[in-house]
Amino acid sequence: MQNIEKLSGLNQGQRALVIDIHSNDSMRRRLQDIGLIKGTEVSCVQKSPLGDPVAYLIRGAVIALRHEDSSCVQIRMLRGVSNGVK
Amino acid sequence: MGLNKDSMGMNAVDMGLVMKKAHDSDRVIALGGNPNVGKSTVFNELTGLRQHTGNWPGKTVTNAQGSCTYKNTEYVIVDLPGCYSLMAHSTEEEVARDFICFGRADAVVIVCDATCLERSMNLVLQTMEITPNVAVCVNLMDEAEKKKIKIDLQAISEKLGVPVMGTAARSKKGLDELMDTVSQTIQGGGQCPVKIQYPDYIEIGISKIKPLIRETCEGIVDSRWLSLMLLHWDQDMHSFIGRNIKENFFTNKNIVQTLSDIKNEFTSRGITERQIKDDIVSSIVHTAEDICKDTVSFENKNYKNKDSKIDRILTGKWTAFPIMFLALIGVFWLTITGANYPSQVISDFLFWIEDQLLVFFGWMNTPQFLTEMLILGVYRVLAWVVSVMLPPMAIFFPLFTLLEDIGFLPRVAFNLDKCFKKCCACGKQALTMCMGFGCNAAGVIGCRIIDSPRERLIAIITNNFVPCNGRFPTLIAIISMFFVGSANGGAASVLSAILLTAVIVLGVFMTFVASKILSKTILKGVPSSFTLELPPYRKPQIGKVIIRSVFDRTLFVLGRAIAVAAPAGLVIWIMANVHIGDMTLLAHCSGFLDPFARLIGLDGVILLAFILGFPANEIVLPIIIMAYMAKGNILELDNLSVLKQLFVDNGWTPITAISVMLFSLMHWPCSTTLLTIKKETQSLKWTVISVLVPTVIGIGTCFVFTTVARLISGI
Repeated sequence: MQNIEKLSGLNQGQRALVIDIHSNDSMRRRLQDIGLIKGTEVSCVQKSPLGDPVAYLIRGAVIALRHEDSSCVQIRMLRGVSNGVK
Repeated sequence: MGLNKDSMGMNAVDMGLVMKKAHDSDRVIALGGNPNVGKSTVFNELTGLRQHTGNWPGKTVTNAQGSCTYKNTEYVIVDLPGCYSLMAHSTEEEVARDFICFGRADAVVIVCDATCLERSMNLVLQTMEITPNVAVCVNLMDEAEKKKIKIDLQAISEKLGVPVMGTAARSKKGLDELMDTVSQTIQGGGQCPVKIQYPDYIEIGISKIKPLIRETCEGIVDSRWLSLMLLHWDQDMHSFIGRNIKENFFTNKNIVQTLSDIKNEFTSRGITERQIKDDIVSSIVHTAEDICKDTVSFENKNYKNKDSKIDRILTGKWTAFPIMFLALIGVFWLTITGANYPSQVISDFLFWIEDQLLVFFGWMNTPQFLTEMLILGVYRVLAWVVSVMLPPMAIFFPLFTLLEDIGFLPRVAFNLDKCFKKCCACGKQALTMCMGFGCNAAGVIGCRIIDSPRERLIAIITNNFVPCNGRFPTLIAIISMFFVGSANGGAASVLSAILLTAVIVLGVFMTFVASKILSKTILKGVPSSFTLELPPYRKPQIGKVIIRSVFDRTLFVLGRAIAVAAPAGLVIWIMANVHIGDMTLLAHCSGFLDPFARLIGLDGVILLAFILGFPANEIVLPIIIMAYMAKGNILELDNLSVLKQLFVDNGWTPITAISVMLFSLMHWPCSTTLLTIKKETQSLKWTVISVLVPTVIGIGTCFVFTTVARLISGI
């Protein structure tokens, strides 16, 4: 699994496209419910004070995910700073 | 922490929706939507009811229904639980789906968030697959306007094929138009909802099953939708069909055969069940994307910046925790300072009334024992509860509601989540704890927002470590009497607030300890995954918050306390006046409890008060006072220093005071909370454990503290 970029590796302000979701079924559904599917753009907006969880901007909503869950989301990094809107 | 009759006790738990129509001609409107889109606000404005609202997802935990009359037609409005999808992954979604399918609603209104429309579309599209009678209510238009989000409602309506109305429910804008639209939807039909186009292989599957089930579905449920569900059916579908459709699908050989043929074909083409599900969801999401593509425009691309800036402070690495402590101290300081004066006034007034009552009873020649029973027993406890409880509650509730409305609570959960993860629990537990500040029963019901059953149980069992409103005044009174007596004025109230915060922090710490212990013993497991939404900050409507929290919460809680306090006062008076042998019943009971109570730093009377306080924690302190007064002869309790003297005369030391505070923080939940736990868990075992965990930890903590403190101080 080296060289695979994960959502958990995203730094504050960076944005990325979702390539694949490797989570278990229940988490997949939850992510799908909020519109996180292949091809969705995600940006990292805020780390919590203890470093985990991290808040991401997903289709206009800010959603916090724990490291375990965000590391199951495979991404491709996009250049440029997020402007908050897809 | 919605505290009203519906969210507490009897009505809180039934997840199935039963509709109450007054007349057959009544029209039924189901109100659905994502969590936290202002659905409850729309509901409240339409029905005039006061369902709890607040700025965090999941606060509507009960199913409410109300009625409204619009242009001479009666409507029954059913508030469905907030959910993101109708795929029935959770109880809420199941309830919402079943009601939309079979609740025989004349129309379904899906409330959407104008600032996050694309995501809301998901649910709209899914609903439209089940029923054509959908009207879309795009709420929070005012917020969208502020953020310079332009929405072309007309274009969206054309694309969707159903009416779309913009509203700003908080300021009552657009609701009449909404009702107009809804009544047209009910009467006219004329909707031609857009069909979601699925990948070919799914469409072919649907076309094979649909003809087989069409007849059975006629007039019950949309056959295309059910075909789609059957294609990716899981176990859940079996019971769903069994419950709602008479003819049993799964004994019909034709259907079973076709389904298994289709599935075999999928398998041979390498299409997994997961892919089918993924493709269905993707098709819906892409349709939603398509609908919003040209119809929603963001004129200010940096509209999230303001929220981000606030978040950087409230959840920042160095600022988050100090701000949380300061917020807590601030709320308590305002509560304590603000409550002092009115408490005194109310107390003076109520005891003046007591004197008048005594005169009146004397004039009536009421028998001595009856006068004493009613006035020194019932009335005095009532007066105490009101004067001690009312002012802090009337200040605390609005302050807390303000924090809730702004959107601060989800940030607290965000900040604390890592601690919960360390205890193998869910970050949303922080939200349920916040609700516990208001009332533990409400906190327990609130645990429904936690999906994992294991983590939900942990949250339920440990909720009692957060002192509820009934326990605050006890803690505040003891702190003021024993620990800040020497400080003066402003310093005293700040010190009280800090000490009270310390007690709360201890409670939170014990929550972590208990959660961890539970996770390692009887509720073993690893932390499960979850998503936590951080909603946009909203400017609270201060006037409304104050009115709502005073009337809905304060008076409700106070009413309950009074209902319990009156009989408790009677019982205490009787116990203090009935003699068995040469001692009163009260002395017998407290004497019996005394040796054990001394071990944990209390005395028999205090422990007895906690036991009698089982129906409501509010009455613990009044019972202690009553009991001491029955022994001694102090009749007037003008202020806290007299009260302190009463306690000191009865053997209280600072060690006793701390032990009482510890025990108040950690003992059995009150009867309302326990009933709620029983209903929520549907299990006697977990209810008993919910009593044992805080009680054992409380007794243990008090014992250790008392023993060590006595050794050190040599008392």
